Amino acid sequence: MKTDLSPRMKVALYGLMCVLLIPFVFPTWWMLTSSVKPISDIFAFPPDLWPRRFDFSTYARVFELQPFARQYWNSAYIAALVTGGTMIISSMAGYAFARIKFPFSNAIFMVVLLGLLIPSEVTIVPLFQMFLKWGMINTHWPLILVPIFGAPSVFATFVMRQFFIALPVELEEAARVDGLGRFKIFWLIALPLAKPALGAVAIFTFLHSWNLYLEPIVFLSSTQMFTLPQALTQFTDAYGGAMWNIQLAAATMTAIPVLLVFIVAQKQFVEGLAHTGLKG
Amino acid sequence: MTIAADTPRRKRPFWTIERRDAAAGYAFIAPQLIGIVTFVLFPLGLVFYYSLHEWNVLANTFNYVGAANYQMLLADKALPQVLLSSAVFSAGLVVLNMSLALLLAVLLDQKLKGITLFRTLFFSPVVVSLVAWTIVWSFLLQNNGGINGLLQLIGVEGPNWLRTPTTAMISVIVVQVFKNVGLNMILFLAALQGVPRELYEAARVDGAGRFKQFRRITLPLISPTILLTSIITIVGSLQVFAQIAVLTQGGPGMTTTVLVYYLYQQAFQFHFFGYGSTLSILLFVIVALLTFVQWQMRKRIVFYEN
Repeated sequence: MKTDLSPRMKVALYGLMCVLLIPFVFPTWWMLTSSVKPISDIFAFPPDLWPRRFDFSTYARVFELQPFARQYWNSAYIAALVTGGTMIISSMAGYAFARIKFPFSNAIFMVVLLGLLIPSEVTIVPLFQMFLKWGMINTHWPLILVPIFGAPSVFATFVMRQFFIALPVELEEAARVDGLGRFKIFWLIALPLAKPALGAVAIFTFLHSWNLYLEPIVFLSSTQMFTLPQALTQFTDAYGGAMWNIQLAAATMTAIPVLLVFIVAQKQFVEGLAHTGLKG
Repeated sequence: MTIAADTPRRKRPFWTIERRDAAAGYAFIAPQLIGIVTFVLFPLGLVFYYSLHEWNVLANTFNYVGAANYQMLLADKALPQVLLSSAVFSAGLVVLNMSLALLLAVLLDQKLKGITLFRTLFFSPVVVSLVAWTIVWSFLLQNNGGINGLLQLIGVEGPNWLRTPTTAMISVIVVQVFKNVGLNMILFLAALQGVPRELYEAARVDGAGRFKQFRRITLPLISPTILLTSIITIVGSLQVFAQIAVLTQGGPGMTTTVLVYYLYQQAFQFHFFGYGSTLSILLFVIVALLTFVQWQMRKRIVFYEN
């Protein structure tokens, strides 16, 4: 409903949006500022929107209490592998389901779609037993294999298939007449055109892996192997109470890099998501 | 596809285009299909098999018990509360998420300067690490935390949010809504921008007001998006775990113990793998039923242009 708005209406809308923004923006602000408050100021009344005293030692304490650099690396490389693996597997499968005629393709697509109805929460008990049998408990293999092959990659395949179906077929047909094989057509022609869909798949998959929590706490047991979400909950004192400022410093270090990448690339980010074929 | 017909006398080569295509097709989908069978369908079969067994890891027992776990499910005194918590959480989350997402999308669809900045800010929690976001809210919602501090400034005594049954549930829902509403907001915004402008002009000529235009034109045209996002949101709401584990650990009492959290407790804290598997089957049936019902509703309420 894009009509020109009266100045009064504009002011009202800006006001409304600013109020609505508070719960979206304030937590991040509160995390940043509280992470540099000394513990004595952390529950000060009235609340300090800007720290009255700064204590940057919280950030050093994060690395003393946990092997935080190692945990950071764990989360980062797992998310990178999962994102890359999912992009390869789902773009190939999505392309085949959209473009190549082969017997039982529709039936197989239905079987694959079943994966969407079976989130890993449903299968976590047998997955635990399987990885136990394979000697993969307290390794990162479950966190890599299950997302690449499970429900999240099915969603990615669905997104890729929707994209390839909508892509004009002429370019590929010209290449076929020239005698190019299927794989070359896919790799040289279709895939470069699929960048927006691949971008959306990459974002979804990265965030999924980055946020995994149930799987790490089921499969991992030593702090060296922990991923970030799991590590963030470990900053407690001898009595089990949260060491808030240190925990928030760790949370800040976890959240800010991804947030910065998003702000730099937000246009591609948001437009990629809007083109996931979910428009119906 | 006419090569074979053109050369009827020569020996037909084995690798016809059809066969080459079929081979390529199977090769392309093989990793996905093998993965789904190994890491999704086979485990689903196993979970059903386990659910027919009494299995305590600590006592090292694994005995076939038939439907006993399912009878236990029906007799489980905690289960009604767990299902109620799950239902309240999912219903609250879906209603709040969808209506807020739609409101924000309509606001962002207006001709206003600097609207992209607002879009970025509303979306930003989506990219903040889930557990980091939940920890900040946990900090804010402590009895002496930021929210009660701000409330006290205006003379209101806030409740102990995470330790009071009703406010604990509300907190868990609201924290999750603000985290993820940006996703649905963007999908709705894309759908709104796909509505042809001429329709609004025609409606205006016919004297339809803003509200009527929204109800009669916008809503029907974006209904496919509403349906798909509602399915994704509901299925996602049934998987909620980290937020509960960090904010309330299922408490106070069992008021925020949703099904996945209960399943986790039974299987991995109390080591009842058989009963945990039975709860997994229950979760699967609920997800499948909800998806099926919503997919059926598509025929009745969703409006398609063609």
